[in-house]
Amino acid sequence: MSLFFDSSIARKVSMALSAIFLMVFLLQHFAINLTSVFSAEIFNQISHFMGTNPLVQFVLQPILIFGVIFHFVMGFILEFRNNRSSKVKYAYNNGGANSSWMSRNMIWSGLAILSFMVLHFIDFWFPEINTKFILNDWSGLHNGEFRYFTELQHKFSYGPRVIFYCIAFCFLSLHLLHGFTSAFQSMGSTVGRKKLLQNLSYLYSICIPLGFVFIALFHFFNH
Amino acid sequence: MNKITYSLNYRKPKEEYSPDEQLLVCVRYYHKVNNCTPKIIKKSTGVKCKLKDWDTNWHKKDCRSPIMKSDKDFKSKNSLIEQAAKNFEQYLKELQSSPKLKFSPKLISNEPKGAIKDKWTNHKNNINLVNPANKRLIDIIVVGTGLAGGSAAATLAELGYNVKAFCFQDSPRRAHSIAAQGGINAAKNYQGDGDSTYRLFYDTVKGGDYRSRESNVYRLAEVSTNIIDQCVAQGVPFARDYGGLLDNRSFGGVLVSRTFYAKGQTGQQLLLGAYSAMNRQISRGKIKMYNRHEMLDVVLVDGKARGIITRNLITGAVERHSAHAVVLGSGGYGNVFYLSTNAMGSNVTAAWKAHKRGAYFANPCFTQIHPTCIPVSGDHQSKLTLMSESLRNDGRIWVPKNKKDAVSIREGKITPLEISEDNRDYFLERRYPAFGNLVPRDVASRAAKERCDAGFGVNTTGEAVYLDFAAAIIRYGKEQAHINGEDESNQDLVNKLGTSVIKKKYGNLFQMYEKIVDQNPYKTPMMIYPAVHYTMGGIWVDYNLMTTIPGLYAIGEANFSDHGANRLGASALMQGLADGYFVLPYTIGDYLSDDISTGPIPTDTIEFENAESEAIKKLDFFVNNKGKHSVDYFHKKLGKIMWNKCGMARNSKELNEAINEISELRKLFWKEVKVPGSKDEFNEELAKAGRVADFLELGELFAKDALSREESCGGHFRDEYQTAEGEAMRDKNYQFVSAWEYTGEPKDAILHKEELNYNDIEVKERSYK
Amino acid sequence: MKLKLKIWRQKNSTSKGSIVNYNVDNISPDMSFLEMLDVLNSTLIKNDESPVSFDHDCREGICGSCSLYINGQAHGPDRAITTCQLHMRKFKDGDTIYIEPFRATSFPVIKDLVVDRSAFDRIQHAGGYISVNTSGNTQDANSIPINKTDADSAFDAATCIGCGACVATCKNSSAMLFVGAKVSQYALLPQGKVEAADRVVKMIDQMDLEGFGNCSNTGACEVECPKGISLDNIARMNRELMKSKVL
Repeated sequence: MSLFFDSSIARKVSMALSAIFLMVFLLQHFAINLTSVFSAEIFNQISHFMGTNPLVQFVLQPILIFGVIFHFVMGFILEFRNNRSSKVKYAYNNGGANSSWMSRNMIWSGLAILSFMVLHFIDFWFPEINTKFILNDWSGLHNGEFRYFTELQHKFSYGPRVIFYCIAFCFLSLHLLHGFTSAFQSMGSTVGRKKLLQNLSYLYSICIPLGFVFIALFHFFNH
Repeated sequence: MNKITYSLNYRKPKEEYSPDEQLLVCVRYYHKVNNCTPKIIKKSTGVKCKLKDWDTNWHKKDCRSPIMKSDKDFKSKNSLIEQAAKNFEQYLKELQSSPKLKFSPKLISNEPKGAIKDKWTNHKNNINLVNPANKRLIDIIVVGTGLAGGSAAATLAELGYNVKAFCFQDSPRRAHSIAAQGGINAAKNYQGDGDSTYRLFYDTVKGGDYRSRESNVYRLAEVSTNIIDQCVAQGVPFARDYGGLLDNRSFGGVLVSRTFYAKGQTGQQLLLGAYSAMNRQISRGKIKMYNRHEMLDVVLVDGKARGIITRNLITGAVERHSAHAVVLGSGGYGNVFYLSTNAMGSNVTAAWKAHKRGAYFANPCFTQIHPTCIPVSGDHQSKLTLMSESLRNDGRIWVPKNKKDAVSIREGKITPLEISEDNRDYFLERRYPAFGNLVPRDVASRAAKERCDAGFGVNTTGEAVYLDFAAAIIRYGKEQAHINGEDESNQDLVNKLGTSVIKKKYGNLFQMYEKIVDQNPYKTPMMIYPAVHYTMGGIWVDYNLMTTIPGLYAIGEANFSDHGANRLGASALMQGLADGYFVLPYTIGDYLSDDISTGPIPTDTIEFENAESEAIKKLDFFVNNKGKHSVDYFHKKLGKIMWNKCGMARNSKELNEAINEISELRKLFWKEVKVPGSKDEFNEELAKAGRVADFLELGELFAKDALSREESCGGHFRDEYQTAEGEAMRDKNYQFVSAWEYTGEPKDAILHKEELNYNDIEVKERSYK
Repeated sequence: MKLKLKIWRQKNSTSKGSIVNYNVDNISPDMSFLEMLDVLNSTLIKNDESPVSFDHDCREGICGSCSLYINGQAHGPDRAITTCQLHMRKFKDGDTIYIEPFRATSFPVIKDLVVDRSAFDRIQHAGGYISVNTSGNTQDANSIPINKTDADSAFDAATCIGCGACVATCKNSSAMLFVGAKVSQYALLPQGKVEAADRVVKMIDQMDLEGFGNCSNTGACEVECPKGISLDNIARMNRELMKSKVL
């Protein structure tokens, strides 16, 4: 394994693999969140299933955590190494002439997303862990009802949080605009399908974050 | 054999002297190096001796004293003689390092006997080989890493020799072979159009206007097919057709399609192939690569090439390198014209230094002026850009029929598109109906010059002709429309389809043209004018590719052998690779088989020391000579003289002027050249100075050679020797190679002739009508 | 034209360099960029100043020697050309032009604008070849037909001139386009497939050893490449490596 990661391409492929995994997760996350717009009941049921199913909780959740941590730690390592490869900077560099802003600033969009994750962890994940694992409450009930939908609505009632949420998803969109095709490029699967993947990338990286933003705004205005 | 001996200075037959007569005692040296004419050097000792006191068997005795006891002063006399011998030894050493010592080697071509088609095979069967274990003990230096040098270095290393390769560029991959565009010939006959080894041989000898060595050319044609097999195996991506087989195109001066190509970058692909073969050997440690090293001199030990002196272009360090043989693959000398299609760094220094050390320089005046180059745009121009001759497959060359149209175009009043078909003069098609636009390069160049000199030139300078693709675009467009089942009479469609075909074939060349000239060649015809491109002349070599210095070899453009007075398109790549991959690696064994027990050549000998200090002296001179003018100033002046007086057409008056002017310019150069910086650093001006110094000598020899060749043949056209129609007039009496021996001033060079015999080809008038 | 030049001057590899200002006059729009520098150098020599060193040789865009970073772009503002093919008509009278060497830790500066790109050579030594002897006794060139698409793609990859613009322009100084092109060329041809797995590992190992950065797929290299070498070649190399490591 360590030998494998000694190669720059292997690092790049592992970055891509973790990215693709996270993108699948994001799609799934989006699909569940979207149900909250149509029906509180379905949302509650799915949330409860996800929150209590042992396969999800004890297998998929640790993989997800590993995936997230791996992706950003590897991101930092790569950034550090890359800086070392170009110690002297140009007096004048016109990066915009040949590459997109997104592609040159993945570390910054990534950091923005990371800071959002911190908030998301404080808001959602730590309370969930606290409820389930410390208080050992696996019922998912609050005052006799499923708590998930009301918690969601409650979170999105606070304006500044919604604004921050929206900004974070803008960064996610930027991150994905480069990251989506980049992941497939790293996997070597773009040969001959560049156009298709480019279009898919636009679809995914604009629609998904936009969807999340829509959900947030929907609940902000409809609580 | 090469020993100092004593003798009496007889002035008449020995028998006519009486035993009491006194004679002077001489020390003498019998000089013979391989193929040289033996020479005897004598010097008087000042000692006199009676005939009867002379011991004729002195050399068989231990004391080695020639004067017998019968002479009463024998002791003192003998010691005087001994002392004289010692002085003489010293004198010989000085002589050997001086170029003035003329041990004129004989020109022995070493052509094998037998039928022409068996010569190479027989030769390979009969020459000496070095066994694999002994190859490890032998070092070879290869200077230059283009197609010839690169392929030779790789193959020699594969065979097991220890190779040291040198190039002045920062990587072997940048040698100027990379710029060759059009293709490489090989007698594969894949197109089934009647090609054969003989036909390629015939075309090459005829194309060279019967001034090349028959057996060398036949061998070249013979191994040409191997090159293609070899390169494909190496991963060279030649163009292929839809069936997956190799594609061919046709080139000037021939009637078959035998040119293999990789778009317009054939030279690049072949060079990268040779480079990859080198890389494999570098990684095995069999080639030691010296990048950014320039050869400053070749070192001779006992008359044999045993090493070189180089300068590290980064640090400026002057270094000694020794080997059992030295191979020069250092390319041509087209840059003597300042403006040429050669790379800025291409130079004659390695070849010229070899010439100064005793290698004969052959046919320097045979220079190829390539017809399809982008015209000069102004005084600032640093180099000319060539566009592949393959353009002439589809482009038609013309100038306006009426002088007044030409003038209007020059003044920018009208565009070429406004000149109707009737008012255009397709002069190549008119003069040479059989070959049309595909006549050989020398013929096409001269015809363009003739039209421009007559006042029909089209650029603002009046030195350009049109190369027009309009007809080809329509032809291909109609063909495509027909294939697609579309309307052949729709002009826009035909134009579009035709343009895309042309784009596929020549896209990169058209793009290059547009970048430089800022005109769209799909719409307006291209402007072209001839430019110096390739030099057929070079160091004289025998059949084994060995120069007149034993152990010094020359391959590729650096030698003279295969192209005669004019090279056919796509033959340079063929020759470079043939020499490097398939000829030299065999023939060099014949020489090296004597060296298996020599051991490493030491570099701390007097010969290396002298050559090195000479080189350093010159470098010191340059950086300390605070002159007035930069190196380029002199180079440009030289180029002007060369182009105006030794260019596409020459005459004795101007050639004589050129000799004097160049000689004057050279004197001025040594007085007034200015080189900034020091010699111990990266200093491009210093490197240039050394190169231009050699061009200034070569240029003079060039003019002298052109003057002495009183005929017109191939690329060498003398105004005095032409037919009534202005075609070249060859002279049977000049059917020889002019090999020049260096004696000091280039104009004092001594001419040696190698007669050329054609047994397997009839020497005919070279007509493309 | 009159121009203001801001040129990186550095005496040798160990000394510290800096940007120095120069003015040039009488520049014709038909000049190439390097001819403009020739004009500057001839003035400098005349004034007993040291001329600016820069790499150049063929001056027709094929040898890959020239290597300048002009106004923040490798080989200057035009596309699909090398510096020697850049013409002054791309600039306006009075323009200020920054001229810097190609920057990367693996491309140390030798002097002024001249850099050492021998790292590229060493990557090629590691595996940039097909192990076939040059004896000529191979099989006939037409005995293995090669699909035209593959042959053309191999050719496109093989047109790399090794100038290093990809590294210079990459924010990570990654050499993947260069290596990818060579790996692709051979991987696409039947002759090269035999040792493809071994080759890709060796070349990438050497690339990493030379200290080039990691590719983050910004695509700048493809845009700035004078020969238009496609990013597909990097993708193909990635695939080749995975094939050789995983399969």
